[in-house]
Amino acid sequence: MLLALDFALILEKLVLILIVVMASLGIAMYTTFAERKVAAILQDRRGPNRAGPFGLLQPLADGLKLFFKEEIIPNLSNKFLFILGPSLAMMTAMMTSAVIPWGDKVHLFGRDIALQIANIDVGILFVFGVVSMGVYGIMIGSWASNNKYSLMGGLRAASQIISYELAMGISLIALIMVTGNLGLKEMVVQQQNGWWNIAKQPLGFLIFLVCSFAECNRTPFDLPEAENELIGGYHTEYSSMKLGFYLFAEYINMFVSSVIMATLFFGGYDCPFVDESAISQGWAAILGVSVLMAKVVAFLFFFMWVRWTIPRFRYDQLMRLGWKILIPLALFNMLVTGAVILYFNK
Amino acid sequence: MGVTQILFWFLSAMAIGSAIMVITAKNPVHSVLFLIVTFFAISGHYILLNAQFLAIVNIIVYAGAIMVLFLFVVMLMNLNANAEPIKNRTMQFAGIIAGGCLFLVLTAAINKAGNVSSPVQLNVGDYGLIKNLGKTLFNDFVLPFEISSVLFLSAMIGAVVMGKKEE
Amino acid sequence: MQALTNKAQQVDRRPMNLLERMYLPTIIKGMAITFSHIFKKKPTINYPEKTRPFSPVFRGLHILNRDEEGRENCTACGLCAVACPAEAITMEAAERKDGEENLYKEEKYAAKYEINMLRCIFCGLCEEACPKDAIYLSETFAPADYQRKQFIYKKEEMLIPHPINEPEAYAKARGNKVVTSQ
Repeated sequence: MLLALDFALILEKLVLILIVVMASLGIAMYTTFAERKVAAILQDRRGPNRAGPFGLLQPLADGLKLFFKEEIIPNLSNKFLFILGPSLAMMTAMMTSAVIPWGDKVHLFGRDIALQIANIDVGILFVFGVVSMGVYGIMIGSWASNNKYSLMGGLRAASQIISYELAMGISLIALIMVTGNLGLKEMVVQQQNGWWNIAKQPLGFLIFLVCSFAECNRTPFDLPEAENELIGGYHTEYSSMKLGFYLFAEYINMFVSSVIMATLFFGGYDCPFVDESAISQGWAAILGVSVLMAKVVAFLFFFMWVRWTIPRFRYDQLMRLGWKILIPLALFNMLVTGAVILYFNK
Repeated sequence: MGVTQILFWFLSAMAIGSAIMVITAKNPVHSVLFLIVTFFAISGHYILLNAQFLAIVNIIVYAGAIMVLFLFVVMLMNLNANAEPIKNRTMQFAGIIAGGCLFLVLTAAINKAGNVSSPVQLNVGDYGLIKNLGKTLFNDFVLPFEISSVLFLSAMIGAVVMGKKEE
Repeated sequence: MQALTNKAQQVDRRPMNLLERMYLPTIIKGMAITFSHIFKKKPTINYPEKTRPFSPVFRGLHILNRDEEGRENCTACGLCAVACPAEAITMEAAERKDGEENLYKEEKYAAKYEINMLRCIFCGLCEEACPKDAIYLSETFAPADYQRKQFIYKKEEMLIPHPINEPEAYAKARGNKVVTSQ
């Protein structure tokens, strides 16, 4: 029975969901702080250092400020959709973390608890589906604000995400051809026992990386919120915590795509040169989670580093890169991967 | 009535209700949004049938890509309730006839299928899982599969040719 | 045209070659540049905790000077007010009475001396115009305030502390100013 009620299992999953959601929120909070700090350091500045020691309470101050701002809903907006927009953005950002394996099993209270909320058959496709939903939050919010700048931002987001999703999907197909299954957990186990996927799919990783920048609306692809042409882009009309949700969703997306990249291409919770089966299960789980987090931090730094290096693309350049360069490149990568697999399996 | 059954009825009500809303909603953007809800309900049904792959592909392709384009076009053209063209009586009459015919055919098909007392096979079979689906597609149905891929390819080439500027 | 410096560079307008059109090498170059800035010294000064040293020729708030015995130098001649391009200085003269010789150096002194700091451009012409070394610009700047009238500085606010009664405050106000005796 698929939906048989096992209360212990439900409790276990609920606790796990709570931990993952809280952790993503906390990490997203401190990512905003890290963004400002990294930006400052790359520009020879000091960055926020007033709130708390080394400015560590800065994200709390920022969040508090957003909470206390006046909540404005424009008079001629569609009220329901105006509220639905940021909620959807936040929800889709959170949902992706459901299939990510955060670590191996731990043995607690007489149960084997897998550090993954759901190991579903379609794994990475689920992530892909949820990410493709993410654009609705932006589009609905931008349309409901009844503002031309917002609408422009929303339309840009839609066309950008659709264009880059194709290249991302094709680069993923090449990866799936190599691994032979879609489950993220199985991919990690595979990488633990052999090479990391980056060695097998360097071009695929590059395409995936560029596309995940575009999917997160990060510089150099932050056209939907290009503040010097579109004021604020899709969130021009938003204020208070609804704006906070949009901004937060961006950072959670960044966090999740870092986790996905680490899992798909860099071995997930696999620590290089360490045999996990040799150490006890608890320690292996702790090691796994911390190794994954270290990889994620490295990716997050990379996201910020790129943001403060590369200027924004022009819109036609963005479309050209997506359709004329990345998609043919991804197709080429897929063909080569197929040919190589065919040659070795003969 | 188990959890599965409750979910089934809930999803069915959601699918039919939002499908009705698609055609009755005055605002085209609302119509599109209700259509997305319908797709989600249908994906839910697929999950109940343990067809995870179909469910997620339905979301990626229909809800995630095609409906985004729909929404894109509707938003870009700034259609609203007033812009809806007034249809004449003959058109409405023809619509009713066509819809009635489709309804009749569907009812007949369901009637003929028999065994209506248990409408869906819940939780049984793992044909929806990727491995089985792939094996079936590439063994039993390899010819239709390849033919449809050729169809897609020709459609793609056609789109490129039409999109190319006239020299 | 003759170039003034040899720094001018001709803009390269050749079409990009394949390597340049791939963008990646230039992107990596740019990333290396930004990364190298992590290790550079930060020029920021943590302001309220640390302040930047003033240059000895800094022209800040005005100070009305006293001589070594603590008598005011100013004779209210008005040369500074005449020299002031912003017309920020106003004064009223008064005659020294008997028994006030320890307060004022000459027979005439400024009973009222005001500088409007909102008008002042801190050019230092008053300092140059003064024949008695009675006014100079110190190494501080006018603090912020909420009201305009607070920026009209009175004589009491600008007068240097007494050199004999409060020597520490005097030395502090004096700062690094090179004492020019006349």
